[in-house]
Amino acid sequence: MTLPRNTDYGTPARASEAEVTLSIDGIDITVPAGTSVMRAAQDCGTGIPKLCATDSLEPFGSCRLCLVEIEGRRGYPASCTTIAEAGMQVRTQTPKLAELRRGIMELYISDHPLDCLTCSANGNCELQDMTGVVGLREVRYGMKGRNHFDLLSALSREKDESNPYFSYDPSKCIVCNRCVRACEETQGTFALTISGRGFDSRVSPGESQPFMESECVSCGACVQACPTATLMEKGVIEHGQAERKVTTTCAYCGVGCAFDAEVKGTTVVRMVPNKDGGANHGHSCVKGRFAFGYATHPDRITTPMIRHSIEDAWQPVSWDEAIKHAASEFRRIQAKHGRDSIGGITSSRCTNEETYLVQKLVRAAFGNNNVDTCARVCHSPTGYGLKQTLGESAGTQTFDSVMKADVIVVMGANPTDGHPVFASQMKRRLREGARLIVIDPRGIDLVRSPHIAADHHLKLKPGSNVALITAMTHVVVTDGLVKEDFVRERCEWHSYEQWRDFVALPENSPEAMAAATGVPAADVRAAARLFATGGNAAIYYGLGVTEHSQGSTTVIGIANLAMATGNIGREGVGVNPLRGQNNVQGSCDMGSFPHELPGYRHVSDAATRALFREAWGVEPQPEPGLRIPNMFEAALDGSFLGLYCEGEDIVQSDPNTQHVEAALRAMECVVVQDLFLNETAKFAHVFLPGSSFLEKNGTFTNAERRISPVRKVMPPLGGKEDWEITAMLSNALGYPMHYSHPSEIMDEIARLTPTFHGVSYRKLDEMGSIQWPCNDDAPDGTPIMHIDEFVRGKGRFMLTEYVPTEERTSKRFPLILTTGRILSQYNVGAQTRRTANSMWHDEDRLEIHPVDAETRGIGEGDWVGISSRAGQTVLRARVSERMQPGVVYTTFHFPESGANVITTDNSDWATNCPEYKVTAVEVTRVTQPSEWQKRHRDFSQHQIALLPRRQREKV
Amino acid sequence: MDVQNLVRMANQIGQFFHSYPDHDEAVREVAAHLRRFWEPRMRRALVEHMNRDGNDGLLPLVSEALHLMQTQETTPT
Repeated sequence: MTLPRNTDYGTPARASEAEVTLSIDGIDITVPAGTSVMRAAQDCGTGIPKLCATDSLEPFGSCRLCLVEIEGRRGYPASCTTIAEAGMQVRTQTPKLAELRRGIMELYISDHPLDCLTCSANGNCELQDMTGVVGLREVRYGMKGRNHFDLLSALSREKDESNPYFSYDPSKCIVCNRCVRACEETQGTFALTISGRGFDSRVSPGESQPFMESECVSCGACVQACPTATLMEKGVIEHGQAERKVTTTCAYCGVGCAFDAEVKGTTVVRMVPNKDGGANHGHSCVKGRFAFGYATHPDRITTPMIRHSIEDAWQPVSWDEAIKHAASEFRRIQAKHGRDSIGGITSSRCTNEETYLVQKLVRAAFGNNNVDTCARVCHSPTGYGLKQTLGESAGTQTFDSVMKADVIVVMGANPTDGHPVFASQMKRRLREGARLIVIDPRGIDLVRSPHIAADHHLKLKPGSNVALITAMTHVVVTDGLVKEDFVRERCEWHSYEQWRDFVALPENSPEAMAAATGVPAADVRAAARLFATGGNAAIYYGLGVTEHSQGSTTVIGIANLAMATGNIGREGVGVNPLRGQNNVQGSCDMGSFPHELPGYRHVSDAATRALFREAWGVEPQPEPGLRIPNMFEAALDGSFLGLYCEGEDIVQSDPNTQHVEAALRAMECVVVQDLFLNETAKFAHVFLPGSSFLEKNGTFTNAERRISPVRKVMPPLGGKEDWEITAMLSNALGYPMHYSHPSEIMDEIARLTPTFHGVSYRKLDEMGSIQWPCNDDAPDGTPIMHIDEFVRGKGRFMLTEYVPTEERTSKRFPLILTTGRILSQYNVGAQTRRTANSMWHDEDRLEIHPVDAETRGIGEGDWVGISSRAGQTVLRARVSERMQPGVVYTTFHFPESGANVITTDNSDWATNCPEYKVTAVEVTRVTQPSEWQKRHRDFSQHQIALLPRRQREKV
Repeated sequence: MDVQNLVRMANQIGQFFHSYPDHDEAVREVAAHLRRFWEPRMRRALVEHMNRDGNDGLLPLVSEALHLMQTQETTPT
């Protein structure tokens, strides 16, 4: 049996307060004004045959199969393009309509290769279904003569198999244009068109190129839209149609797309984005839809291992032995060096339940607060800045809110690469006419892409965010554009006055700041005026804001700007941090920071500690613990010797690699729980095999505070879900944790956390997803925050003095290096590098401006050495005008690139978030890898040689 | 703990609150920030450095805040 298909309403839902009532086959139905006759019919249970219509796309009216009769109208209008009107009398089934539909279908089928039994769409083909529905019994034209498939196979004998994930077979195409429209409307890339006419028509990526050579981003929207086997997942071609589906949540970026994992036994046949997904509404990107093969990659380590020194060979052992060993080592270290000499690090790649358990383990079983998460190195300034100003460490909106924005600011974020599914939604709004201000040192795709052009691209120098945002607020204040009634009602007036006087100072004007930012004052003034006067204005920002020595100050500046212009507390506005990983928000919510218990309550708060003492039987310590960089410092100082690290690869992702490596070498027991022998595991003494998101139950919380279920699709390859491993470790340490299912962990979280009181797995099953706060005040969750008042009561303005970073260019290091990510790869690449996504990006390159390249004699593809105060590495050059002169750029997806060998220890003043975005460097042409790279290669090979034989052979 | 690094980090906190016109408020905020976010061994190392080496490298605002923090820590809140 193949899977039943979801109901397809044929055309998109319309939102309107006005309603119309019409009659369809004698049944009265009331629909929002603007609804198509086709959708209205489906609303009352009448499916009208269709081929070119689907409810994710605007109607097109080309197949003519959906024609109907309407009382008082001539002819047979297409129901997809006909808008429902009050009093319409529609007939969907008459002998005449049946005859016409059969005639149309006969033409289609006369032009289709009839290899249905062996076709990959067999069992899930809309053409097949519609042929059955209209009752076609003969094809009078025969299959000879001019036709579509013979001609096409003559033109292009082979299918286009260039894309690793889907195949394009032109002979099966019915020219419905759904793929072309999906590429335009859903994804917004405009990579596809139909070339040729009549029987010559075919889908043409780019300029009749293979898919991989075109600008196609492999989001898969075209494959999903295709009603036949023309565009088909290779997983389906290989495995056949799936038998069951499990709705779950993507484990990549902070958009948190809902997917239906279509499964056969324990094999995932394909991932299909879920139409009801609150964050993605049925769309996806190349990572979420296609890059899941890492879960079954031979590199997976599925047996626990221990060793006494990192020079020893790994010993495969039982779970019990590994856990006992880890527990006894932790207790030995604590007995010798004190309670605070060990800690734990968790990751935004872990579920809420897992991160909650890790911090509980640290606080209750280790007895200290030395717990941190990788949000330390990405969005910790968001947590600090928004808590201080608005009162809650979270974004204020839903993703859908962007559809009501009139002015969109994108600052230090690259949504089309980092958050592609949300970027598609944003681009839709921009095509509808919203204005765009991009604040970024680099010419990101959004600045100019099909049918989109930024009104302002403020191409600032890296490290000058605070100067720019303060200058923008200077214009708002001195031009009299503050929404004073909003500020008076909603904000602390004293803090506002203090801030107003500060930003109005002449030294904060765009003219005065131009030297620091490199942005002409007139552009800053125009952008600020557009923001303050253009209607609903929303700010979206990413790690280009946070990963600076003044990251928290910029977040505060953004909040100040939103409050001063009244752009907070309703749809279409707000402060929107785009979170790098799927569960950045969730891991922070769960109390993973060393100073906060779950729900962002400071450890010094006695009442909260008492609540946890009651529940846990152990009172958390009242003093903050060590943050990740502090753990490294303490390790080098000899006072921190044991680490439990779950799902995070600190050696690759944290700055100043050589410093991190030295810290890990100084520790006596490093326990790594992961899918692979990652860079950190090469310094570990205990390896505990983790489980991928397909192998466990739990929840993720995305950038819009949406809690979504992660559901088990296959059993864990290592035998344990990650939360079980943490519980085992805790039990071995003598602090009992007895959960039989992650739902019980969520119940505990809900009991102890006011913003989660209403959350349960039952409710998640009912609602699909919930945006916190969810409690008695908001039983169905809170899509938009701070509506009537700020979480902290009154909004607080804070002063944002620009302090240039200490990381400055000099004669020796005259260029600034900044880092970012790319669409096809994800973070440290542990997952995506083990998929065919590497066909798009198989190495990190150094982007350099032609002027800087020329003066150094560097050409495209040359090997270049990049040296900073911290270290040196070698990459190949990409000469590009995306960068401004004086600034170079790279990604950090491959460990051998050593991007973090160059980055420094400099960090955000408030949170210690590393300053990844500004490193002073020099770039020179070289002929061989750097010393670090040679050492890294030798060390990695040595570490792989220390694996048990069977595992080594697989790797 | 690398005390020079701690001095640098503490000064960065001082630089943020430096622009607050009410000096006492700035001192209180710096002290509160250190208490809320710095693990005790970091605070201890910095205070020991100040007590041993004077205000070596510390911004005056930060030294004041450290003195305030010391008095706060001896009087339970």
